[in-house]
Amino acid sequence: MAGMRTLEELLKLAPDLYDITVFGAEPHPNYNRILLSPVLAGEQTLQEIVLNDLDWYQQNGITLHLGKRITAIDRVRRIVHAEDGSSAEYDRLLLATGSKPVLLPVPGMNLPGVLTYRDIADTEGMIAATAQYKKAVVIGGGLLGLEAANGLKQRGMDVTVVHLGEWLMERQLDRTAAGLLRRSLEQKGLEFRLATQTQALVAGESGRVAAVKFGDGSSTAADLVVVAIGIRPNIELAEKSGLHCSPARPGGIVVSDTMQTHDPRIYAVGECASHRGTTYGLVAPLFDMAGVCANHLAFHGIGRYTGSQTSTRLKVTGIELFSAGDFQGGDGSEDITLSDPLRGVYKKLVIRDDRLVGSVLYGDTADGAYYFDLLRAGRKVGDIRDRLMFGES
Amino acid sequence: MSEVHSTCCYCGVGCGVIIDRRDGRITGVRGDPKHPANFGRLCGKGQTLHETVGGHGRALFPELRHDRHAPRQRVSWDAALDHIADRFAAIIREHGPDAVAFYVSGQLLTEDYYAFNKLARALAGTNNIDSNSRLCMSSAVAGYKATLGADAPPACYEDIDHADCIVIAGSNAAWAHPVLFRRIEDAKAKNPELKIIVIDPRRTATAEIADLHLAIQPGSDVALFHGMLNALLWENLANAGYIEAHTRGYDALKTLVREYTPEFVAETCGISSDELLTAARWFGTARAALSLYCMGLNQSAAGADKNAALINLHLATGHIGRPGAGPFSLTGQPNAMGGRETGSMANLLIGHRDLDSAADRAEVAKLWDVPAIPARPGKTAIEMFEAIRQGRIKAVWIACTNPAQSLPAQNTVRDALMNAELVVLQEAYADTETAPYADVLLPAAGWGEKEGTVTNSERRISRVRAAVEPPGEARPDWRIACDFAMRLERRLHGRASARFAFDNPRQIFNEYREMTRGRDTDISGLGYATLDAKGPQQWPYAIGARQGRARLYEDGLFATADGRARFAAVPYRPVAEMTDARFPVRLNTGRLRDQWHGMTRSGRVARLWAHAPEPAVALNPDDLARRGLRSGDLLRLESRRGALHVIAAADAGIAPGQAFLPMHWGSRYLSGAGINALTLPVTDPRSFQPELKHCAIRLAKAALPWRLIAFGTPRDGDALARLAQLQAWLPRFEFASCSLTAEAGGVLLRAAASAAPADDVLEALHALFELDGEDVLRYADPARGNTRRVRLDGERVAAVCLTGDGSSESWLREFHAQGLPAAALGAMLLAPTDRAPAGAASRGRIICSCHGVGETAIVDALRGAAGDATARLGSAQQQLLCGTQCGSCLPELRKLAAAAVAAA
Repeated sequence: MAGMRTLEELLKLAPDLYDITVFGAEPHPNYNRILLSPVLAGEQTLQEIVLNDLDWYQQNGITLHLGKRITAIDRVRRIVHAEDGSSAEYDRLLLATGSKPVLLPVPGMNLPGVLTYRDIADTEGMIAATAQYKKAVVIGGGLLGLEAANGLKQRGMDVTVVHLGEWLMERQLDRTAAGLLRRSLEQKGLEFRLATQTQALVAGESGRVAAVKFGDGSSTAADLVVVAIGIRPNIELAEKSGLHCSPARPGGIVVSDTMQTHDPRIYAVGECASHRGTTYGLVAPLFDMAGVCANHLAFHGIGRYTGSQTSTRLKVTGIELFSAGDFQGGDGSEDITLSDPLRGVYKKLVIRDDRLVGSVLYGDTADGAYYFDLLRAGRKVGDIRDRLMFGES
Repeated sequence: MSEVHSTCCYCGVGCGVIIDRRDGRITGVRGDPKHPANFGRLCGKGQTLHETVGGHGRALFPELRHDRHAPRQRVSWDAALDHIADRFAAIIREHGPDAVAFYVSGQLLTEDYYAFNKLARALAGTNNIDSNSRLCMSSAVAGYKATLGADAPPACYEDIDHADCIVIAGSNAAWAHPVLFRRIEDAKAKNPELKIIVIDPRRTATAEIADLHLAIQPGSDVALFHGMLNALLWENLANAGYIEAHTRGYDALKTLVREYTPEFVAETCGISSDELLTAARWFGTARAALSLYCMGLNQSAAGADKNAALINLHLATGHIGRPGAGPFSLTGQPNAMGGRETGSMANLLIGHRDLDSAADRAEVAKLWDVPAIPARPGKTAIEMFEAIRQGRIKAVWIACTNPAQSLPAQNTVRDALMNAELVVLQEAYADTETAPYADVLLPAAGWGEKEGTVTNSERRISRVRAAVEPPGEARPDWRIACDFAMRLERRLHGRASARFAFDNPRQIFNEYREMTRGRDTDISGLGYATLDAKGPQQWPYAIGARQGRARLYEDGLFATADGRARFAAVPYRPVAEMTDARFPVRLNTGRLRDQWHGMTRSGRVARLWAHAPEPAVALNPDDLARRGLRSGDLLRLESRRGALHVIAAADAGIAPGQAFLPMHWGSRYLSGAGINALTLPVTDPRSFQPELKHCAIRLAKAALPWRLIAFGTPRDGDALARLAQLQAWLPRFEFASCSLTAEAGGVLLRAAASAAPADDVLEALHALFELDGEDVLRYADPARGNTRRVRLDGERVAAVCLTGDGSSESWLREFHAQGLPAAALGAMLLAPTDRAPAGAASRGRIICSCHGVGETAIVDALRGAAGDATARLGSAQQQLLCGTQCGSCLPELRKLAAAAVAAA
């Protein structure tokens, strides 16, 4: 998504500056990865989430290689090599290799019926499993895990979410909002095991996964296990090519404010990039990066990426959830809270030094964008603080 | 269901009521069409009497404490009365009879009054018996006696129909005596030529009917009346023949009023000399002029003079003793008159006898069969409480009145109650301001529960009848007094005589009427049988009479030794407490339309709160503006005696430089000692009535930044019980007031403090309003002190608590009161807006979460655009940005776009 967004922006700025070639490891043109969850839930189709179809590439004179994974970059000769032996020269190279799911370091991770949740293939795998199997366990109560769980439930499976943390989505939600979320999801039929460590995935007679064993010795049956405990930047190619990557976890290709790697002909955008020590897994920063990168590629040279405040939404139908910034508060910060239990609405705004620094919205996220703007702008809010909770108007 | 004819227990108009009862309960009340005081009419207070008798707060059982700091415990009647009798006997033996005192009430029935009076004077041996009528009517008594020779209002209600000039002085009858005022309105409607002159510093509801409103400066009444007399003399409108034939002292008065030229009087009173002359001419040229007057004249350190100066005008013009003519004092309590007739005040004696007269005392002693009536003058109310404070009076028995609310200079009154060795309180309600000071609480029967008689303003004696049994162990007041008297008699004299062995109020009435025989109040011809058969009767009603006398002094013979009325040559004296640089504002006190006195009774009726929902001080709008204040601001009012906080209200009827506080607000409804924390205990030298109507104050915006407003309907529906709980909270705040909400069966608390209270205080208040549950909408910004909670009951707002920013109070109160559908507003109910969020609910379902765009806006944009679905969507997206970020909503947007095309 980040890569193609860069191209779209670039074509707007300098449509004739480059001959463009795109390599994609997946056999699909680029699609909106964020919408995999609605696809899994059966609310949208794969066709609907395609961002740029093959015609678009053709119309813009872009050479597209689908299903071809790049295995090496010859930075001296400025040639990339794909695993099928094909290659391409470059004056400028844009890496948008995205991220990979984090795997569970337990026995049985490779069993049939154990999936991660990253791409169309994973999604199709899950959809296929729902037709055949009844009992799913999703490991990971974060954003992706819950979306996967919801999708599987929508498709008729019994789903248990296993989560290591004490409450769901602890990186995005405070305990109160997470409690409300859990209650809503339970009403949708999901089951939860919180503060639970997974010890092993156990195979059944067929060799397919049949159960999940937990740290406390208990276990639960599972025909399908989806592991969604996080992502890490996909930096294999960059590391192999000698590009500087962040030594600190989770890694990432180190880029400058103009999205250039330490090899200035090579750019990196999206989830694979590490900017000022931060990697991003959300759509808004990726788009920000794409804009800056295109600007630089077009020789405008005035764009600088200085980092993004991030916000999160959960794409589960019927559940509105938004979180952004430092929503946990703590020393020196002041919380403003609102709750409407009748509608299942909970909101928290965190103020520090008279500025909005974080926000959690549950049940009514209409003002998420407004708060996010305020948060990014770093504007003093003293004058509007009393109305802040009630939206922009 | 059956009905009982009785009399209303509020003001002195004395309206007849018909009480509906069912299954031992009073279920309704309506005006008695046959009663000559009201002919079926009732005011708002009277109409809701049946709502005041039951429920939380009634005194049901005798209670006693031996230790001042311990709570009272329920005891038997015997234990309570024996205890009091032991203590009274001991104190009388050790310190003499004047070390005990009785402070009684114009709400007692004549029979109750009689029993207490006899108890004090014939048994305890003290004249220390005074009534709260001291605060109300004693200046009228003094005024009548000084001029007409006896305390007898000469006119009657019917005179309103015959007058062609009515002066209403110091009376807001439209609110304080509404049924009487209806009669004035009727008279005005029937006779448009009727001239009505209202004399009042405020432009009251009464002043609205006036042909001439004289908004005189507070306390300048005597100057005004003298000025009118001056004008009458100059214009030759005095009735020389009447003066010559029936009065004395005219020359001295004439000499005095020479100085009261129209210019001087206009200047002194703050009116124009034209207004003064108009008033004098209307009065002087009237065929029959009637004056109705009340607390504005009475509650003054020159109260007796004000009364007398007004009566001077009637004597000088002969507007007395004729239909439609006369001075006519209006009484504030249902039986202020009965107290005067039975002599139940420190400086009076039964049957309009004179305490200073040895012959009168001897006569009373003979009638009561006791050796003597004490000659030492008794202490009047203000003196009495001062003597208690100083420890000279050790024990006080308070019956049916609430001195910890109603006496001026509350701080010293409360010191007195704290200082007394024994405080006995005989009350129908256990929750009055005075109740906490009582060592013994004796539960009394209330209205609708007891038998007897009352006398209204026009000397009309009406029967009061019981419709139901008293609740709990409550007993009629006369019986409590007699039961006690027999116990005290045994302790003082070793045996009980027959003096207090009454079995019923009829026996008391019959004994009492014997004591009026031959007096101006002679009712020797009147008994319960007559009253039952012929209805209410005016006194005098001597034996052999066929009816009472409507008017007095028709023959020009007054109740003086020589039969001549006396002119009172009393010079004008200004108010007792002048304003100065430090206390520059004149505080006037008075009544609200729908509350009565200390609100012990009327405060229990939710709908009576509609008219004045909260305590407030009324100020002229220009004064407010000049001080940079606004209606609704919290003010601190301070006099030399005390201070209080209260909300400001703009009222153009208040003259600049003045302020008005209703007399009703005591410490049950307002933190501190109530409005009488401010008022002045200075009394009239002859009537001993304190100047409750006026004192000098200063005012400023309160420096109490922390604010709270909470209101709500209790889930159990018992608003009175909840109100009692709130009242216990008032002292915990620097400012707090509480009330019933007129609608929705709720209670309200408003509070302010210099700093936010501890968290547990707010938690406890939230719990009290049932705002602590799972179902409560909450907003909290603790750093700013802003919290808001709303509880819904279905569609309705059931309870609200706001701290800090309270800008949403008014519309939330409207929602609560009117039961408006509120659920759709959801969290917007917590918004700090001063208007209800209009259409807040119509944003519709949020379609685009990224940009927070609702369905309503999208549909509007799609419909407003042109072209096919794609074009419309593009236009809407350009406008609203919907679906331009994550794209999750695009399918829905497309559907909406298609729908918009289809609809086009």
